[in-house]
Amino acid sequence: MPPKVIVTGAGIITSIGNNVDETFQALISGQSGIQSIQVLDTVHNNDFVLGEVPYTHEELLQMAKPHPHKPLTRTALLGIIAARQACQDAGIDLNDGLKTGLVSATTVGGMDRSELFYKDFLHKAEANPFIDTHHAGNSTEMIAEMLEIKDLMTTISTACSSSLNSLMFGARLIKSGMVDRVVAGGTDGLSKFTLNGFNTLMILDKNLCRPFDAERKGLNLGEGAAYLVLENEKSARQSGKTIYAELAGYANANDAFHQTASSEHGEGPFLAMQKALHKADFKPADIDYINVHGTGTENNDLTEGRAMIRLFGDRLPAFSSTKAFTGHTLGAAGAVESVISILALQNNVVFPNLNFRTPMPEPGLTPVTETVEKELHHVLTNSFGFGGNDSSLVFSKVKKT
Amino acid sequence: MEELIEQLKKQIIEQLNLEDLEPGDIDPEDPLFGNGLGLDSIDALELIVLLEKEYGVKIENPRDGQQIFFSVKSMAEYITQHQK
Amino acid sequence: MTPVIETYCHIRNNHIFRDGKLIFELPGADLKVFLKSAYKFLNPGYARFYKMDEISKLGFLAAEVLSPAFNRELPQEETAVVLSNTHSTWVTDMHHQETINNDKNFFPSPAIFVYTLPNIMTGEISIRHNFRGENAFFIFEKFDPEFISNYTNHLIMSSKASSCLGGYVDQTPRGYDVFVYYLRSGKNEEGKPEHNAGELRRLYEYGNG
Repeated sequence: MPPKVIVTGAGIITSIGNNVDETFQALISGQSGIQSIQVLDTVHNNDFVLGEVPYTHEELLQMAKPHPHKPLTRTALLGIIAARQACQDAGIDLNDGLKTGLVSATTVGGMDRSELFYKDFLHKAEANPFIDTHHAGNSTEMIAEMLEIKDLMTTISTACSSSLNSLMFGARLIKSGMVDRVVAGGTDGLSKFTLNGFNTLMILDKNLCRPFDAERKGLNLGEGAAYLVLENEKSARQSGKTIYAELAGYANANDAFHQTASSEHGEGPFLAMQKALHKADFKPADIDYINVHGTGTENNDLTEGRAMIRLFGDRLPAFSSTKAFTGHTLGAAGAVESVISILALQNNVVFPNLNFRTPMPEPGLTPVTETVEKELHHVLTNSFGFGGNDSSLVFSKVKKT
Repeated sequence: MEELIEQLKKQIIEQLNLEDLEPGDIDPEDPLFGNGLGLDSIDALELIVLLEKEYGVKIENPRDGQQIFFSVKSMAEYITQHQK
Repeated sequence: MTPVIETYCHIRNNHIFRDGKLIFELPGADLKVFLKSAYKFLNPGYARFYKMDEISKLGFLAAEVLSPAFNRELPQEETAVVLSNTHSTWVTDMHHQETINNDKNFFPSPAIFVYTLPNIMTGEISIRHNFRGENAFFIFEKFDPEFISNYTNHLIMSSKASSCLGGYVDQTPRGYDVFVYYLRSGKNEEGKPEHNAGELRRLYEYGNG
């Protein structure tokens, strides 16, 4: 019988807070982090709103306190800050004889530095250190180095579902006995490359996004990092660790329809949610709250909504998108929203879907719009990525023994 | 208008990577989307970029694209009306 | 029962091999010409191919070479796609960067931007062959047969998939390296290679003769 996988630590940094406590405070007070551009140096300065972590590169260097003289990207710095928090929270002692892995996800990688130095790469030697930091594996390596994790390390890059896939993979590593615990999650810093790219796809809302609203116009980009420490239940209980939740179910499916849009009836999202419940051995009625992907684009919210109705029928649980708080944090979104889901579970509270005014014509899809106290036992969270890569996770409250 | 239509056909083929097509294969009045050339939503966005890049004509709302990009002829008409 | 490597494909230096046998070559041609010629040779009748970036075309062609062996009777969710590489979408990243480098000639292309994610390749393959099973994309320092064989064997042995397309599709400005294989569960009556790290490493390094 494979072991249960439980969460013993969490770390997060986004536009709404530098750590788990600040994040919770912002969520219950309805305080969004999305605003006009403060940090990113772009010609689109006045055109868009973003969920930026409100620190410059230099300030993040101060916060992360990395090895001096190492070239570090925004993505790596955010990752170091959040992953370190998670490890400290879980009280990981790397000398206790247990095997520890790191699974980190990113889509932006070192692009924030590469785009700054791209024109200089061939002419100025000072720019050269940032050639090596471009690739997707670099932030993972930097985190592993800072945390001294040596047993196993890998990088996942599957667009917006990346860090849910990290958590899923981390759980499998533990169940198979390859490691005893995993620091799993993801990180993405904002870059002009990303902003321009999404702008050209015309799915950005120039104002605050409105997930699941009939008048929604698109998403707001965000940035951040979040990591969970996953452990084998037996060893965690033996060492008396605080247990936040069980990672009870997870699944991934491909929508096989289009590179960026979801199929009309949300086949991939439906399969991902259905299989995650099946993995957890739950029925749809067991779910108390869904933290949806809910980007605020016309296509995602409609197809995700339809998939939820297909699965839950007329007993759709309370749901909300918290992307109106943090923005869409891309590769970090799955892990960011997992931390938020666990906060909901632990505090028996459903966080609001901000900026909602009018329900979609599709019936039955009205999210929770105010902070609501509700006893929660099982929470489902979705992250659906470009390339039809759709993932869902289920977190369950764990009885204290 | 004839010249603009011929030019547009070549540009569309190039911008959208329609490798196996010649300008002669595209009828200016035939629908571009749907069954026509099998174009999708990303192609529609590429056509928006094409109009701005080659003709200085900006389209703010992708929904307007449905009418503007109906056919090569409708594209040419729109350009003629809006080009500065 | 260990899953079986039903069939495998290498694409290297403008040569395409299936199960170690050369099936197409165009030495000396530049990549764009090679890809187009290989497409015409395989003739899948899939014009969407032309919209893809080069690395997606490479992955697509490898899957196409293997496709006669795909079990079409399986439900769509039963085939997984697990690919990996070292350089993510480096070449396409550069193309996108070039469209936004010059303030005076600033025209980012949505089609190019979409391909700056390595899992778009797995998406394109999934769309073409209607694979709705699990799909993943990993980034490694180099091809990791141990990791990929463990991961995909686990999917099959835990009944999350009955077959899987796996492998490594990498591209840099200097060249490319493609090794993709189709894995299935069930009896190995034809003496095909067993799916384990040793066999994968051997096929990856020497399988193209």
